[in-house]
Amino acid sequence: MTSLPKRPSAKKLGLVIDLDTCVGCHACVVNCKEWNTGGYPAPLTDQNPYGKDVSGAWLNRVHTFEAGEGAEGRTIHFPKSCLHCEEPLCVTVCPTGASYKRDEDGIVLVDEDRCMGCGLCAWACPYGAREMDMGVGVMKKCTLCIDRIYNENLEEVDRVPACVSTCPASARHFGDLGDPNSAVSRLVAERGGYDLMPEQGYKPTNKYLPPRPRRDASTAGAKPEALDEASPEGGFLGWVDRLLSAV
Amino acid sequence: MHPAYSVIFFTTASGAGFGLLALLGVLGPLRLLPADRWFGLSALFLAFALAVGGLLSSTLHLKSPARARFAFSQWRSSWLSREGVASIATMAIAGVFAIGWVFFEATAGWWAAAGLLAALGALLTVFSTGKIYAVLKPIRQWHDPLVVPVYLLFALATGAVWLDAVVAVLAGGSVAVGLGTIIVVIGAWGTKVAYWKRIDQGRSPSTPESATGLGSLGQVRLLMAPHTEENYLQREMGYRVARKHTAKLRVVAGFFGLAVPVFLILAGWLLPTGAAAVCAVLAALFVSLGVVIERWLFFAEARHTVTLYYGDRVG
Ligand code: SF4
Ligand code: SF4
Repeated sequence: MTSLPKRPSAKKLGLVIDLDTCVGCHACVVNCKEWNTGGYPAPLTDQNPYGKDVSGAWLNRVHTFEAGEGAEGRTIHFPKSCLHCEEPLCVTVCPTGASYKRDEDGIVLVDEDRCMGCGLCAWACPYGAREMDMGVGVMKKCTLCIDRIYNENLEEVDRVPACVSTCPASARHFGDLGDPNSAVSRLVAERGGYDLMPEQGYKPTNKYLPPRPRRDASTAGAKPEALDEASPEGGFLGWVDRLLSAV
Repeated sequence: MHPAYSVIFFTTASGAGFGLLALLGVLGPLRLLPADRWFGLSALFLAFALAVGGLLSSTLHLKSPARARFAFSQWRSSWLSREGVASIATMAIAGVFAIGWVFFEATAGWWAAAGLLAALGALLTVFSTGKIYAVLKPIRQWHDPLVVPVYLLFALATGAVWLDAVVAVLAGGSVAVGLGTIIVVIGAWGTKVAYWKRIDQGRSPSTPESATGLGSLGQVRLLMAPHTEENYLQREMGYRVARKHTAKLRVVAGFFGLAVPVFLILAGWLLPTGAAAVCAVLAALFVSLGVVIERWLFFAEARHTVTLYYGDRVG
């Protein structure tokens, strides 16, 4: 089972994350936790959640980076979850067959009834997308909300991952990156979407859209419309001005 | 990488056990060791105890050890699974070999075939252990062509010192075994020094810029971590305590693992049998201590690319 599909699936479900619009509110992080601790298949536990050394398994995390120096520096909020790679070493190293990549849509999953909690797959993921659930004793990772996206009991608009549905800035997009005509693929093409750490050779499915270039002087420096004069000469307002000044 | 003590103990002990088994499986049939039943029993028992003890301790770091039975299923893709399968098969074959040696004092013919097969299996097991680490691309210090040879050589070196100790205690010692032991021990540490050189000079292809893809904006720095307390990833992969003592610890490992035991084995040649036996056993213990430190460093010096997302500059 931990052998990869013979040839990559035609359908490649994944996320496209817009680093230009993400405001770093962590709403996706919270909704991910909320959905995945209540749904399929076991709770996503925390240890000591109200105490001093809080710890727990989360499937999506938002880092905040600074890039560049001084006035040219930018602050970028950077959400990160499993990228559902095409060459996932996390899958092939798994000794029990718990980790697998689905033939039909490329989603990488963990069968929690087989995982023995050895942690080797987390070592094999360059992106830090797998976290051990210390309460359940098995490895957890993003499922791309497999229990939402195919769930016919949900309204069609809700058949997207929880993080996508909750993002207030529309910085997260879900779709088939294997289809060059899908909305997500077009977005990637238009905005120059890219892979994280391509040099590691995992061929991630998820793509990141770079921050748009900063507006240059010609657009950022345009003059605002002039305001009305505070002490107008003549006319009705001039008369009121003179009258009030005299009082 | 965080050094898990159960894994360090496991690789050291089972490495020594399988190394000893490999030597017994080859040297027994070649009649280079006493065919005597008590010698066979003691040496093979020691090999089994080290190998099984190590394998059992490796289950201590599992979070759901009851499911370890599934770990034999994925030998098509996983080196950890292959290690499990190889170790069990090796023990079964070695069991047959042991029956010949212990019950019939026979190591020739079919018994010899079993011995040689067990030796091959033992080497394959250790090879798989090394491969588990060597395939992990995100950890540059492990994804290195010398990792597997180092594992194999240390298994043979620790196996050899234990063999030398058993020969010294039960058969009055053997200069040939002692000399062979010194050669593999030196070979193992020599390869380790070459490995240390390689990892000191190497560089990870990944940087915070490639990890975020934001390099075109300039140097990338972590401004805010995603969480206030350490998480599993940082506990498991962000270990840095030993790094500042690396150079000293390498010398300490070499001192206990190479200098002291070689001196003890040489001294044993000049001493009467009883004292020589004590020296040989001490040598085996010192090599093991040196290898435990070496293994600990193997973890502590290794860096995972995930730390790039948590503010490290080099992966
Ligand atoms: S991001 Fe990590 S966990 Fe997800 S498929 Fe890739 S290697 Fe595996
Ligand atoms: S932790 Fe579970 S899923 Fe990961 S490699 Fe081990 S058995 Fe497989």
